[in-house]
Amino acid sequence: MNMLQDDRLTIGGHSFTSRFILGSGKYSLELIQAAIEKAGAQMVTLALRRANEGGLANILDYIPKSVTLLPNTSGARNADEAIRIARLARELGCGDFIKIEVIHDSKYLLPDNYETIKATEVLAKEGFVVMPYMYPDLNAARDFVQAGAACIMPLGAPIGTNKGLCTKDFIQILIDEIDLPIIVDAGIGRPSQACEAMEMGAAAVMANTAIATAGDIPTMAAAFRQAIEAGRKAYLSGLGRTLEKGASASSPLTGFLRE
Amino acid sequence: MQQNEPINESILSDAVRQDLKKERIDHMTYLPGMEVLDSDIGQQVLTRTSSYNYHCYTEADVRRALSHENRTLDDFGALLSPAALPLLEEIAQAARRETRKHFGNSVCMFTPLYIANYCENYCIYCGFNCHNKIHRAQLNAEQIEKEMEAIASTGLQEILILTGESRSKSTVAYIGEACKIARKYFKVIGLEVYPMNSNEYAYLHECGADYVTVFQETYNSHKYETLHLQGHKRIFPYRLNAQERALKGGMRGVGFGALLGLDDFRKDAFATGCHAWLLQRKYPHAEIAFSCPRLRPIINNDKINPMDVHEPQLLQVVMAYRLLMPFASITVSTRECARVRDNLVSIAATKISAGVSTGIGGHSDEISEKGDDQFEISDERSVGQVFHDLQAHGLQPVMNDYVYV
Repeated sequence: MNMLQDDRLTIGGHSFTSRFILGSGKYSLELIQAAIEKAGAQMVTLALRRANEGGLANILDYIPKSVTLLPNTSGARNADEAIRIARLARELGCGDFIKIEVIHDSKYLLPDNYETIKATEVLAKEGFVVMPYMYPDLNAARDFVQAGAACIMPLGAPIGTNKGLCTKDFIQILIDEIDLPIIVDAGIGRPSQACEAMEMGAAAVMANTAIATAGDIPTMAAAFRQAIEAGRKAYLSGLGRTLEKGASASSPLTGFLRE
Repeated sequence: MQQNEPINESILSDAVRQDLKKERIDHMTYLPGMEVLDSDIGQQVLTRTSSYNYHCYTEADVRRALSHENRTLDDFGALLSPAALPLLEEIAQAARRETRKHFGNSVCMFTPLYIANYCENYCIYCGFNCHNKIHRAQLNAEQIEKEMEAIASTGLQEILILTGESRSKSTVAYIGEACKIARKYFKVIGLEVYPMNSNEYAYLHECGADYVTVFQETYNSHKYETLHLQGHKRIFPYRLNAQERALKGGMRGVGFGALLGLDDFRKDAFATGCHAWLLQRKYPHAEIAFSCPRLRPIINNDKINPMDVHEPQLLQVVMAYRLLMPFASITVSTRECARVRDNLVSIAATKISAGVSTGIGGHSDEISEKGDDQFEISDERSVGQVFHDLQAHGLQPVMNDYVYV
């Protein structure tokens, strides 16, 4: 247990014991608090476009003050719009964290890496802790590092699909090559998939639709928490190796060297 | 010019029958000042629709369409066909899954605000048509502000501004002023006004509007010609290209709608989906919205009805839109009763109006000069009631879902 207790996720100088970032959209506002508690989440995303300060059904009224708010720029179609939404979030008192989403495609909602990098560069210079949502591409990821991102958030599958780690091999490349926390965002549909991402060495998992569309939202949040913790523990323990091809020869080919 | 298209009998009053005998201008020729786009979208919609034969689909085609993850226009055609009617429950289950996947349990709330009912068109089924003897009115800036203040006090954050189609009475500048006032009270501003040129849409976008809805009414140009006897609206292709001009003008999203009951509803629904689908492929960033209006009675003709578009057919159309474009917003208006609307939002619709008046000056008690309604509404619930009823259905009312930047 000590291994996990001392294990912290650090993003932009902020430290978290939870590696589960929970979304707050697509389900009833009354359930947000229970979901956060069961998830053990310390960071919760919210779409700034849903904020309705002082009005009816204002999502900000339902997120406990104890968690770190991670406002996102959903609705932005280019870097300029993302920058303006981020600044609005800060003005509204949502803190310095910003998850940049730039989406120029209303059908698949795939992120536009190029525009997201541009927005990252500007916002990082303004002191934001920038967490960019991206398509898992190594070259783009390196550009995000240069631009000042605090972590990288590659998608596992198109947002909302619950299809899991469709981009697994490419996420693994990012985990192996990039010296920033890699947080798998979008597409994670089951606790087992979240667990797998963590076993691979992802720093955290972000999920929303999988929980929002579950039959029992708080219980599913709890299931994700356990899966993420299990996956992290497995990663830290050092997974036993899996042989992709053939078996381990009982008479090694190089045995003759010792003859 | 006149065609022998059979018209929904419930629309035809004696006066309309007489007017249909008169000579009319060519409905396919642009009038001076109308922007002509270099685009083949409209033609593609018409070509694909004319070859759509809904009788050729079988139950197996419908099941195949349901099994696809990404549905084609041919799948859409199957889902709209008579062969799909016996499978409505299965289609509803699939539609609901798609809706939940993309929207969770969120349902956006808004209200329409009619700021003028002057109209230069003669659409024989519409209460605002220029020959219908109704009380006309137009709100001035002060009155618009009063109406918006009254609406905002109900908690709504999204407004849809409507006018009758009179370019001379409700000028682009007048609509722009209304948008600027709306920016003070609302986060999302939609427009449902006469089609205009892309530079005019750009101006209104600057004034704060970011969504434009234009109902094509029917995509059958011959039928269209017999229903729209006078005015700018008579020019079929100019209306057909309105959404594309709006996108070129910088609008974030566009809405589509055929008025079900005017013509063959399966063909019109197919054309509507086809239109939205083709435009989204050309403009991938565009947000897409569908409206699903059925014909309603109007002042001076309470007989008007949508003929063969009964509730199962309406449901079929709404669900087919959802399955073709799972990410699209779908609105159900107060043309439908509370029971139908509440069930449609449980299955496929994602936007619902509340506290609706389709007349002029209907929201504020301080406006004495009121104008008559466009059509009779079937759901008079207040914002608070709709909010409560959505929650009772396990749905989350959403007041705003956009940041204007």
